[in-house]
Parts: sequence; C-alpha cells; structure tokens
Amino acid sequence: MLSKLVQLSHYTELRENNVAATYEPIAATTLGSAASSITFSSIASTWTDLRLVLTAKGTSSNYPYMRFNSDSGSNYSLTRLQGDGSSAASGRQSNQTELFLINGSLDTTIPGLITVDIFSYAGSTYKTFLTTGSTDQNGVGYVVRIAGLWRSTSAITSVYLYTSPDQFAAGTTATLYGIKAA
Amino acid sequence: MATTYTLISSNVLTGSAASVTFSSIPSTYTDLVLRISARTDRASFPEDYAKIEFNGSTSNLSSRILYGFGGSSGSTNDGSMVYGAVNGGSSTSNTFGNAEYYIPSYTASQNKPISISSVTENNGTTAVIYEVAGLWSNTSAITSIKLLSYYSANFVSGSSFYLYGIKNS
Repeated sequence: MLSKLVQLSHYTELRENNVAATYEPIAATTLGSAASSITFSSIASTWTDLRLVLTAKGTSSNYPYMRFNSDSGSNYSLTRLQGDGSSAASGRQSNQTELFLINGSLDTTIPGLITVDIFSYAGSTYKTFLTTGSTDQNGVGYVVRIAGLWRSTSAITSVYLYTSPDQFAAGTTATLYGIKAA
Repeated sequence: MATTYTLISSNVLTGSAASVTFSSIPSTYTDLVLRISARTDRASFPEDYAKIEFNGSTSNLSSRILYGFGGSSGSTNDGSMVYGAVNGGSSTSNTFGNAEYYIPSYTASQNKPISISSVTENNGTTAVIYEVAGLWSNTSAITSIKLLSYYSANFVSGSSFYLYGIKNS
C-alpha cells in the first residue's frame, strides 16, 4: 500500500540560510491519494519541542496510530480523558506497541483535527507528549485529550503515523513544526 | 523565509461590545488560531460562553464538549453552535477566562473542524474547563469570524481577542 515519506531537505536548506525562527514548519504534506502511512524522517535536533498538526480522514472508519523511531516495542503508554457528547470517560493504557491518537475512528468525509505536542524531543529523558483530538462529525464524534509517554531516552528522529485498518484518505494533511526555546 | 506564526488582527476592548468580528481574513495562511481573554456582563452567573460563527452564517455548526466544573464533569453536545467558556458577570472581579480556538485548513474545500480549549478559573465556587470538538459543515473558505456571548450578554472592557495565521511552508 502507498506510504508517504515527507522529504525534509527543502525546509532544512531554507532554515540554514535564514535567522532561526521560534515556530517554524519542518515539513508538511497533503495526500493527493490514499496512503497507509505518513512518515516524517530525519528530524534534526535543532528545536526544543515538536508540534504535529494532522487534519485527517480515513478510507474507512479506521483508527490513527503513531510510533517514534520505528519503535514497535511495548514502550508506549497513555492516559486519556474523552467525551462523546453524552458521557465522559477516562482510561489508561500501559506497555503498548503503538499510540492511538483518538479514542474513535476517522470519518471518510469529515476531517478530524489531531494535534500532538512533543516536549524536549531531542533530550535524553523519556519523551512526554500531549495529544488533542477533536472529531465532531455532526451527530457523533469525540473530544479527546491524551497525556502520553514513550519510554526511550533516544532523540526522536522520525514520526510514523498510520491507520488500521485501511488508509488515510486523500486530502489528509500533516504538518510537523519545530518550536525553539532560544 | 516567511514567518510561520503571524498576528493577523487584534481587538482589545475599551468599552463593552456585543460581538467581535474579524473580517477580510486573507487566504494566505494554512491554519488560524484565535486566542481570547474575555469576560461578559452576564448577570448573576460566573460563566458565559463565546460562540464562534463564520462568514456571517449561524447554521451548520455542531460540537462535542468535555467539561469539568470543579465538582462535576461530563460530556454534552450541541447540534447548532460551537463555543468556548469565558468568565461571566458574577465571577471574581478583574478576572477573564482564556480560550484558544484552532481552525486548521481554513481555506480548504472541506468541512472545517475546530478545536477549543477554554478555562474560567476565578477562585470561586464555580469555574469551568471546557474542551470542545467543533465542526462547521461548510466547504467555503473562512473569510470572517464573529464571536458573541451565548447568553446575549456583552463582552466587557479589557477583553482581548487575537487572530493569528499559521503557515506550514
């Protein structure tokens, strides 16, 4: 199945020739056709934090997931708080092989908004992140907030987004921003 | 290199206003972020809500809401409006609620999702955290944004509204 590897070289060249900015796009993609995954690779350690903004649809009612650095080990955990428009719930998952980004499925026509803030991504401590999922589909949907952890002391050099089952639909956009503290 | 995060327009009220509108929004950005620090004169209540409307339309809005009031929590939905929480007239004086409205891909030919995070802590008996997943079911590019009180109150002097554009390239 088609996968989308987002090239970072263009943005790297632009950044090197200009004064460093606080909040800048590292790479962005809009799918012209369905793809099973989106990968941001070769992420430099230049910034302090990362922010991923994903506006996503699925080719079926599928679920979006994320991994770092191709790690498929049981090194992910999360605590979530969610509302479906009638009831609120909270849950926890430990020792997961991936992270789900929203506690619900993507719609095939109405885009959902997912943001992931990854703090101190290049540091030598475990990586924490905050995910917001907003997927109102005019009658159903979720608002989800997730505190997550990747138990690795490695710097994050790649972000891998994928769905299960099926694919991200055409029109899905993903942008990775770098935020610099100084 | 183009600036990524740019202030498009701001409005800091020096008197009360029934609504705040940002019009003629350029199509040159990727996402919009609206940040407000606001309070209304809604009588006898410590909270109010700032509804958001697009392009002069009051229709095709819906939302899922996750809330906490300090003693209770839950989720609800609204089939006709999208709003974040702000302080109301009986909240602690000199206290304004904060809210961020994130609107991605605002010029894309697709329905527009909206994410809102809002809080109204005021060291009182009632305050609220309001997290919202909103939707404007309209494929038009957003060219104007209007904010107004859910309870038809007025935003008070000192309320501030900042519209930013984020460019992903």
